Amino acid sequence: MHTTTTTMTSAMQLPQPAPLMSRRAWVAFLAALVTLCAVVPVLNLWVPESSLFHMSDYAVGLVGKIMCYAICALAMDLIWGYTGILSLGHGLFFALGGYVMGMYLMRQIGTDGNYKSNLPDFMVFLDWKTLPWHWTFSDSFIATLILVVAVPGVLAWVFGYFAFRSRIKGVYFSIITQALTFAAMLLFFRNETGFGGNNGFTDFKRILDLPIATPATRMTLFVMTSACLLGCYVFARWLVQSKFGRVLQAIRDAESRVMFSGYSPLPYKLTIWVISAVMCGIAGALYVPQVGIINPSEMSTANSIEIAVWAAVGGRASLIGPIVGAFLVNGMKSWLTVTAPEFWLYFLGALFIGVTLYLPQGVVGFVQKMNAKKQSGEKA
Amino acid sequence: MPSLFLFGTLMTRISSFSLAAVTLSCAALFASSAMALTSEQTRALTFGETDARITALQQALASPDEKTAAFMQAMADDAVKVSGTHVLIVRDGKASDPVTGDAQALPEGAEDVINNNRMRGEIDAALAALQLLSPDAALRMAATKAMLKEPDPTKLAMLEKALAVEQNSGVKTHMLLARAAVMLNSTDAQARLAAAKALADSQTPDTQLLLNQRLSEEQDKQVRSQLEASLSTIQAALNLGEKLGALFTGISLGSILLLVALGLAITYGLMGVINMAHGELMMIGAYATYVVQGLFRQYLPGMFDAYLLVAVPASFLAAALVGAVLERLVLRHLYGRPLETLLATWGISLGLMQGVRSLFGAQNVGVENPSWMSGGVQLLANLSLPYNRLVIIGFALFVLVGMTLLISKTRLGLFVRGVTQNRPMASALGVNTARIDTYAFSLGCGIAGLAGCALSQIGNVGPDLGQNYIVDAFMVVVLGGVGQLAGTVYAAMGLGLMNKLLEGVAGAVLAKIAVLIFIIVFIQKRPQGLFAMKGRSAEA
Repeated sequence: MHTTTTTMTSAMQLPQPAPLMSRRAWVAFLAALVTLCAVVPVLNLWVPESSLFHMSDYAVGLVGKIMCYAICALAMDLIWGYTGILSLGHGLFFALGGYVMGMYLMRQIGTDGNYKSNLPDFMVFLDWKTLPWHWTFSDSFIATLILVVAVPGVLAWVFGYFAFRSRIKGVYFSIITQALTFAAMLLFFRNETGFGGNNGFTDFKRILDLPIATPATRMTLFVMTSACLLGCYVFARWLVQSKFGRVLQAIRDAESRVMFSGYSPLPYKLTIWVISAVMCGIAGALYVPQVGIINPSEMSTANSIEIAVWAAVGGRASLIGPIVGAFLVNGMKSWLTVTAPEFWLYFLGALFIGVTLYLPQGVVGFVQKMNAKKQSGEKA
Repeated sequence: MPSLFLFGTLMTRISSFSLAAVTLSCAALFASSAMALTSEQTRALTFGETDARITALQQALASPDEKTAAFMQAMADDAVKVSGTHVLIVRDGKASDPVTGDAQALPEGAEDVINNNRMRGEIDAALAALQLLSPDAALRMAATKAMLKEPDPTKLAMLEKALAVEQNSGVKTHMLLARAAVMLNSTDAQARLAAAKALADSQTPDTQLLLNQRLSEEQDKQVRSQLEASLSTIQAALNLGEKLGALFTGISLGSILLLVALGLAITYGLMGVINMAHGELMMIGAYATYVVQGLFRQYLPGMFDAYLLVAVPASFLAAALVGAVLERLVLRHLYGRPLETLLATWGISLGLMQGVRSLFGAQNVGVENPSWMSGGVQLLANLSLPYNRLVIIGFALFVLVGMTLLISKTRLGLFVRGVTQNRPMASALGVNTARIDTYAFSLGCGIAGLAGCALSQIGNVGPDLGQNYIVDAFMVVVLGGVGQLAGTVYAAMGLGLMNKLLEGVAGAVLAKIAVLIFIIVFIQKRPQGLFAMKGRSAEA
C-alpha cells in the first residue's frame, strides 16, 4: 500500500537528478588531473633525460596535440552521440579557432620576420601596406580570447539557425556542413582573403611576449590543454545529465515525438550546436601554439570526417568514449605513419568500416558489454 | 617547273633538310627576281656591329630570293664561316659560296660567325617571315597570323610580294589584314584610316590590342573615330564569342556533373545509400580506361583510335563489380542507418584510393585521347568547341536516355522502383529484394565508372580524381531533389552554367563559393530540392 502511494506521487515529480559523477569516477578524474597537471610537468622538466621516467618533449607534444583532438571528439559526441546530428563541418570551427589564435601569434612576431616589417611576412610578400580590417583586434590577447569563442560561435549560430529552422536533418545536414567547410577551405586558400593562402600561418616566435618554443611555455600550454579537456568533460557531463541534455537525447531518439510533446527542438539543437562549435574553436586555439602551424588543409573534408571517426571508435553517447577514441586513433596514426605510411590509410579505412559494422557502441561500449556479460555470468 | 627541280637538287646538296621547306618554296617565286642576294649583303650581314647587321638583314629581306632564305637558315644553324672578307656556308664539312652556290674549298683558319641573342631573334623572325612564301598554305597562314599579331614594318615589302602572288583566298584575306596592321602605324593619315577600317574584320584580341595601342597615340581626329568604331565592332564580336564560350563550358561542366550525379541519383536518390566512395568508383572507371588504353597501345596499336569502344564497357563493368562486392560485404548491413553508411563508405573510399596508389603509383597517369577526339570546331575568332567536350556532352545524353529507359521500361527497372517504394510489398509479390538491391547499387556504381571514363578524356587521372567531384555531385543530387532524374538533369545543367557564368565575373574560386552558398540558401527555401517527391509520407 505504502509503495503504491510513493510511485503515485513520484510520477508527478521529476526523478532525482543523478550525481554528476560516481565516487569512482571522481577518483579517476582527480587522478587524471594530477597526472596531467603535476606528474607530466615533473617528468618532463625535472626528471633528467637519462632517467627511465623522463617524458620526452616529443611525447609531451604528441599528447598535447591529441588532447586538442579529444576536445573536438567530445564536441562531436555532444552533437552526434547525444543529439543525433552528424556534422562534417567541425574541422571548420577547429580551424577558425586556430586561425584567430594564429593571427595573434603572427602579430606577436613583430618585426622579427624575414622582411623585418611590422606586417606579417605574407602581407609584405603580397605588397600590402596596411593590415586588412579583419586583423583589427589581432594584437590584443584579450580580444583574441573573445574571438576564439565568438567567431566559431557566431558562424555556428547563423548557419545552425537557418539549417535547423528549415528542419534540415540527417544526411542532408551532414552534406551541407561539408559543403560549408569546403567553401571555407577554398576561401582560405586564396591569398586575397588575408590568411596567408596555402601556407597559412607559421614560424611563430612569441606568445604574450614570451618565447613560444621554450620547455616552460610548452609545458604551460600542455597543462592548460589538459585543464581545458578535463573542464570540457565535466561540463559535458553536467550538460547531458541536465534536463537540457535529456531533451537532446529525446530529440536524437524521436524528434517528432519531442515536437508533439510541446517542445520546439530548434533552441535545443541550436544551443548544443553552438556549444559544440565553440569547444572545437577552443581546441583549435590551443592546438596552434603547440603545433606551430595552421593552414587551410585543416578544413579539408577528410579532417572533419576523422573527428567523427574518433567519436565512433571510442563510443558515441558515452563521454569518455570520444576521448579514448581520439587517443587510440591518433596514437595509431602517429605510430603507423612513421613505421608503415602506406598502410595507414588502409588501416583508417578498415577502422571506419569495422567500427560501423561491428562496434556500433565503440570500444567503450564493447568493454561495458563484456563487463556486463561477466557480471551476469558471475551471478548465474 | 624545271627551275624548281633544278633548285631543289641544288639546295639539297648544300643544305640540311631543315631548310628545305623554305628554300624550295622560294625557288619558284624568285626565279625571275631581278634583285638577289649579293656578296656585299652577305658581308654586311656577317661583319660589324649588331645594329648594322640588323639593318643589313632588313635590307636583304626587302628583296629576298631563295639564296637569302638559304643563307638565313645557315646563319640560324651556325653554319656560316668567314675567311678574311670571304663569307662561306659550311655544311657537313663542305663549304659553298652563298651567292653562287658553287662548292669551294674550306680555307684554313675560317672563323665562325657569332650571333648574339638579339641577332638570333632577328634571324628567326626573318625566317618566319620567309614562310609567307611557302608553297604550303597552312605555313603561309601561320606566318601571316604571326605578322598580324606583331606587325613589323620591315617585313612590309615581303608581305606585298607574297600578296601579289597569293591564290588562296583565305590566306589572302589574312594577308590583307596583316598589311593593314602594318599600315596602322604608317605616317600617312589616309593609309592609317584605311587600315583602321580594314582591321575591323579581324576580330581577335590581338587586333584589339593593336588598335588600342594606336588609339593611345593617334592625333588625327578622323582616324581616331575610325579606330573607335572598329574597336567597338571587334568588342561586340568578342563579347559574343566570350558569352557563347562561357555558355559552352557551362554546358560542358553541366554534362560532366550530370554524368557524375546520375550514378548518385540511383544509389542515393532511389536507394537512399550515402555513398561517399562514389568518387572513387569514378576513379576506378578512369583507371579501367587507362588500362584498356595501355593494352591497346601494347597489342593493337593499329586499332588505338577505337579503344574507347572497349574502355566504356570495361569502365562500367569494373566499377559495377566493385560496387556489387561493396554492397554484399558492407552496405547490406547498414541499410536504414544513413550516418553509419556515410562513415563506412568514407572508409571504403580511403581504402580504394590507397589501393590504386599501391597498384598504379601516387602520380597521375596519362590517358591519351583517340586522334578523332583531339582538336575542335573553330566557330568564332575566340570560340572553339573541343571535340572531346562535345563527345562528352553527347555521351552524357546517351547515358541519361539509357538510364531513363532502363528504369522506366525494363523489368529490372520496375523491380528497382517497386523495392525502393515499398520493400515489404515487393518482397511479398515475389521480388528478391536483396538481389535487386545489389543490382541497383552496382548499376549506380557502373554509371559512376562511365563518368570516370569520360573524365579521363578531359583531365588528369590520379588517385584523387574522385575527391574533386564528390562534393559537387552530392550538391547536384541534393539540389535536384532526391529520387528525381529530371531534377538531377536540371540541377546539373543549372549548377554547371551558374558556375561558369559566375567564373567570368568573379573568378573560379569565388564562383565556386557563391554556388555553394547559393545551394545552402536554396535548401532553406526548398528542403526537398527542386523537384520534391509528392506524397504524404511523413519523415520518421
